[in-house]
Amino acid sequence: MRDFSINFMKHSAKALLLSLVMVVASLGLVMFRGLNLGIDFTGGNVVQVEFAAPATVEDIRPLLAEIGQGGSVIQSYSDRGLIIRISANEEEARKKTVETLRAKYPGMQVIRLEKVGPVVGSELRQEALIALVLALGGILIYITVRFQFRFAVVSVVALIHDAVITLGLFSLTGMEISSSFIAAILTIVGYSLNNTIVILDRVRENWKDLRRQGIVELLNDSINQTLSRTINTALTTLLPMIALFLWGGEVLRGFSFALLAGITVGTFSSICIATGLLALWWAKSPQKA
Amino acid sequence: MLKRDRWRLAIVAIVVLAGLVTVFPLSGKINLGLDLKGGAHIVLQAKGTAENKVTEDSIDRLLAVLRNRIDQYGVAEPIIQKEGRDRVIVDLPGIQDPDAALELIGKTAELEFRSVMEATAALPPGPQRPNYDSDEEFQRAQVRWKESGERIEEARAALEKRREGTEGAVVSRDDEGRYFLLGPLLVGGKDLIDAKPQYDNLGRAVVALTFSSEGAKLFDRATADNVGRQIAIVLDGVVISAPVVQERITGGHAQISGRFSPAEASRLSIMLRAGALPVAVEVIENRSVGPSLGEDSINSGIRAGLIGAALVFLFMIIYYRTLGIAADAALGVTLLLVFAGLISLKATLTLPGIAGIVLTIGMAVDGNVLIYERMREEARAGKTPMASLDAGFKKALATILDANITTLIAAAVLFYFGSGPVRGFAVTLSIGIVASVFCNVIVTRTILQLFMGGRRGAGFMAPRS
Repeated sequence: MRDFSINFMKHSAKALLLSLVMVVASLGLVMFRGLNLGIDFTGGNVVQVEFAAPATVEDIRPLLAEIGQGGSVIQSYSDRGLIIRISANEEEARKKTVETLRAKYPGMQVIRLEKVGPVVGSELRQEALIALVLALGGILIYITVRFQFRFAVVSVVALIHDAVITLGLFSLTGMEISSSFIAAILTIVGYSLNNTIVILDRVRENWKDLRRQGIVELLNDSINQTLSRTINTALTTLLPMIALFLWGGEVLRGFSFALLAGITVGTFSSICIATGLLALWWAKSPQKA
Repeated sequence: MLKRDRWRLAIVAIVVLAGLVTVFPLSGKINLGLDLKGGAHIVLQAKGTAENKVTEDSIDRLLAVLRNRIDQYGVAEPIIQKEGRDRVIVDLPGIQDPDAALELIGKTAELEFRSVMEATAALPPGPQRPNYDSDEEFQRAQVRWKESGERIEEARAALEKRREGTEGAVVSRDDEGRYFLLGPLLVGGKDLIDAKPQYDNLGRAVVALTFSSEGAKLFDRATADNVGRQIAIVLDGVVISAPVVQERITGGHAQISGRFSPAEASRLSIMLRAGALPVAVEVIENRSVGPSLGEDSINSGIRAGLIGAALVFLFMIIYYRTLGIAADAALGVTLLLVFAGLISLKATLTLPGIAGIVLTIGMAVDGNVLIYERMREEARAGKTPMASLDAGFKKALATILDANITTLIAAAVLFYFGSGPVRGFAVTLSIGIVASVFCNVIVTRTILQLFMGGRRGAGFMAPRS
């Protein structure tokens, strides 16, 4: 155990700039490269099949092209397992796909089947948006009540920052966004906030030293005093998520990837962004000590 | 030991005991979601028409018919429930063949017998390249095939025109592309009292029908009027066969054959026995998971959870030594309580729910980290171990609560808006948060006090060298 005395605030301008660049890049990615929305949000048909013998995407694609499903997205997750997202929405297209594959590979088994109609897809999309807005609003109110409005604003900015960068990473990697991604984003929001709160809580506790120290010094002390906690908690949360990402199976991979990214970015934003913004705000309009 | 501390010890002992009693033996106690035990989750949207509107009554009858069909098909513990005004959720655990289930519940199964007034030729199957010697021949065959298709379309248009002049007539097609002009309804599915899958003397799967006395009379008259002519058997607007009536049929028994597989014949029998759906339905959502995938998901979830937990346990011991052991013990209790909570709330464990538990493993020790860091600060400020323990807990409490309540807000919103599996995540996360706060604040403290009692406050919080 040692005391930290790293001068975070000295680098706060650089950190804020870095964040700004990452946020802008993420927004650009999301806007121009787009997101790989799963069928939960777009509607569609997904079939997961397992063959008796190894089969590759290259073996399957021509078969699907023959029946007019050449636009299907085929993804292999093991040497004999494939996830096929059929380009057409109709039930018939899915049946035809399964029949065609089964004719060629008799031992094939359909182990998962998902169909989401376009109406349901748009409902889920809407619900996800409402959920995000409500969660953010609720959190904003809670921190305003427990701390002060400025703290609430910087924490919410920090967590929007985390969510946007996580989205940007998903756009960059092309990983699929399903409804469990919404769960991941809300968890990231909760986690990032948890981190920010611990630091801001210390700021509040040290508030009595404001006149003596000045805001920059005070923020810096607060970050350092909580730094070993911030790092330890990030590690203990990351460890199981790494395990989930590596060994948790295909379906949860997107979820654990989102959390890995979100926790990392969230730890950074709690240390640098929330406090950096507070200092900046202070420089513009100091509050009473 | 202070009186207050004894109380705390008693509470912890009771909670742990209650947790153990609730959780063990574990087998079969946790409600698994369809994504883990395998099965089909199907959402049906009732589709009304101008003549047949979707009403509360028709939805209730729809539920009854669906239940009847599913019971006859033999699914253990199905869930069939209304959602909103015009939707029905059907959960079928353990279904091996989701396509068959879809066929069973998605079809209206409106059976009609109608006289055939006129029929077009069947559309021959399209030419296949391997059957022809040269490209030219193949192309000529394609042209011929296209032309015959056009001729059938023309004939169909003529049938449509004639239909307009005939009361109660309809135009239907069969699966060979043939169009039929059919006369008014003679007998329908509602006149049946039984339907059974059978084999005819050629070994083909057929469905044997028994009419009610009213239906038998109608069928008797229909066959008497149409001897030597075709009667079409129409299912959901598609002609499945159109046999020529050889002689008048009086007994009220009939047979329909339409190139069924035995499985199809038995499914059709179930649908005819259970009756037609009062309104047509469309499958708007279908999530089916085979039992093998569900099992894989559980296994990989458990594996990831165990590895994750082991890593966290190790980390805490390496970093905090004796304090780490206390935190690990508290984490163990947290996990116990999460499962106890799942069981006593009768919550459903889904795959994202497992992810929630794995996440809880990591986040649960956060409270311990907060407390321990505080205790070290206090100890460094010169307090005795016991005093720093008290101060550490007291000062960290507000932070722990604040930090966890925000996550709880997110989880509550998720629970309210999330569907099925995601809701399972919100449940395990919420239970995890509550359990971990309890364990951080109460259980850890009790364990530490037990340690301290034993070691007389030996300097196990001494700064790391």
